[in-house]
Amino acid sequence: MSQPRQSPARSIAAHTVLILWTLIALFPVFVTVVNSFKSKRAIFTQPLALPGPDSFDLVGYQTVANQGDFVAYFQNSLVVTCLSLFFVLLFGAMAAFALSEYRFRGNTLMGLYLALGIMIPIRLGTVAILQMMVATGLVNTLTALVLVYTAQGLPLAVFILSEFMRNVSDDLKNAGRIDGLSEYRIFFRLVLPLVRPAMATVAVFTMIPIWNDLWFPLILAPSESTKTITLGSQVFLGQFVSNWNAVLAALSLAILPVLVLYLIFSRQLIRGITAGAVK
Amino acid sequence: MGQLTLSGVTKNFGPVEVIKGVDLKVADGEFCVFVGPSGCGKSTLLRMIAGLEDVSGGTVTLDGREITNLPPARREIAMVFQSYALYPHLTVRDNMGLALKQAGHPKGDIRAATDRAATMLSLDALLDRRPAELSGGQRQRVAIGRAIVRRPKLFLFDEPLSNLDAALRVQTRIEIAKLHRDLGATMVYVTHDQVEAMTLADKIVVLRAGKVEQVGAPMELYNDPANTFVAGFIGSPQMNFLNSVALGLSSHSAGIRPEQVQLTDGPGQIKGTVSHVERLGGETLVYVHAEGHGLLTARLFGEHDRAVGSDLGITFDPARLFHFDKAGQRLR
Ligand SMILES: Nc1ncnc2c1ncn2[C@@H]1O[C@H](COP(=O)(O)OP(=O)(O)OP(=O)(O)O)[C@@H](O)[C@H]1O
Ligand SMILES: [Mg+2]
Repeated sequence: MSQPRQSPARSIAAHTVLILWTLIALFPVFVTVVNSFKSKRAIFTQPLALPGPDSFDLVGYQTVANQGDFVAYFQNSLVVTCLSLFFVLLFGAMAAFALSEYRFRGNTLMGLYLALGIMIPIRLGTVAILQMMVATGLVNTLTALVLVYTAQGLPLAVFILSEFMRNVSDDLKNAGRIDGLSEYRIFFRLVLPLVRPAMATVAVFTMIPIWNDLWFPLILAPSESTKTITLGSQVFLGQFVSNWNAVLAALSLAILPVLVLYLIFSRQLIRGITAGAVK
Repeated sequence: MGQLTLSGVTKNFGPVEVIKGVDLKVADGEFCVFVGPSGCGKSTLLRMIAGLEDVSGGTVTLDGREITNLPPARREIAMVFQSYALYPHLTVRDNMGLALKQAGHPKGDIRAATDRAATMLSLDALLDRRPAELSGGQRQRVAIGRAIVRRPKLFLFDEPLSNLDAALRVQTRIEIAKLHRDLGATMVYVTHDQVEAMTLADKIVVLRAGKVEQVGAPMELYNDPANTFVAGFIGSPQMNFLNSVALGLSSHSAGIRPEQVQLTDGPGQIKGTVSHVERLGGETLVYVHAEGHGLLTARLFGEHDRAVGSDLGITFDPARLFHFDKAGQRLR
């Protein structure tokens, strides 16, 4: 890939903008992580200072660790996020394949219907969802969260993936059919590997809102055993007194898994985002 | 084995009829080429034979067995695609062997079959590579090898050479011809390249807008076209169509091949002005603007000097004319 040479001035300007943007985007994360290592007094007197010998304090992390159930919250979050992600990717890809590959009556309508969820926030249906969960006895289970998040993630997944799947060579799929591969083999072995970058894109965009969500855990699964980490961190935020050390420590810890998952997907992600632009 | 029969085959995409009733017999071991302008339904017809596209009406029979509604894998056919369509995650060997593996053949047989095909196409050195590590020509040879390995009754090719550069195209064309001789298999081949059609085919099927215009051996179509469409489509450069009335003939129009036209300095049968000259070394194409007839092409052997804008006469043997009626049908 050869690129036309750019003038240094333009290149400097572009980099300045990008660096500024990076700083702005990273600032809240930076403040959170830095302050999680400081004593309470230091947080309020010098919120932007790095932890020094006198302000360094692990009290936040100690509180979080002693809170006991924190590991369990963490686990809940991981289970819910990973399972939802898995179902969103699996069902999203399958639906996208069907929509892009087969001609059937109502194909376009079905596609529109599935994409509608992108425009209508699922939270509008909270009351109905809660009633449904109560009726099925799923309140205070992780299953409830997984179901809701899968539903929440599917529209965007179907929309993005079906666009990408349309671009997979028909000849390749047809060659598979002539060689006797089943439609499932064609889907899993030929098509999925070719849309991996798109899958990674969808994975990241699906995963982050689920991990960070406070709304549904609070409403559908607030019990001690099903709390997610975002909800769990809220115990440190009181109406009158907040344990800021603990809140910041909990949030810093909560960033980690997302970061790990993001690193796993990021190489593919960049390819997915630039796929249309570069080729 | 390997006799293909299409009877009354039609195809609709929604309300649009793309294939309008095709009847065709391809004998065992025959090399049949579909030609026609872009969008006339060549690929669609081929894909219907392969089973990749449903047949809206009519039947497809291979070797006396009706295969109209069979899935592609059970038709005993193999197909080579324009875009190669190799499986990116498999090595050359696995690409070629996949169909047999799916059909449940023992490992030893598959290995033997792939080795034999690889030797035929000189792919032995490439067997452990992946498609991404091959050149375009090598990829297409692997795709052809993948077809051979299955020992199908019928080979289908959809413009297999059009992604290759000119030199490679000639080389692969010769390879396909040789393969056809060696295997003696029935082949159906789609192309819009004149030379491929003329050199490879035992039988050419000329399609226009989903209908068969004429079927015949290459020279049959060349020397005895049934209508103006076939006359104009087969042969390059295109046949000249003369205005019969201006020549005092009874037909509506008369066609003459560019190589049957001579140029003289005298008046000739038709007077014209040179509008362009193309020198190809072995031959020279002179484009002549003739009053009442339009632009005519003369194909002269060797090198000729004709100045653009100069006046000349065109002569031809009237016995070499093809006569057509108003609807374009040949008058014999
Ligand atoms: N899936 C489809 N839906 C609707 N119309 C189609 C579809 N596939 C092909 N067609 C139409 O059928 C006609 C024949 O297409 P086909 O691909 O067979 O042409 P072709 O002869 O192979 O042309 P080319 O030489 O350009 O490959 C075209 O007019 C095309 O628009
Ligand atoms: Mg075609």
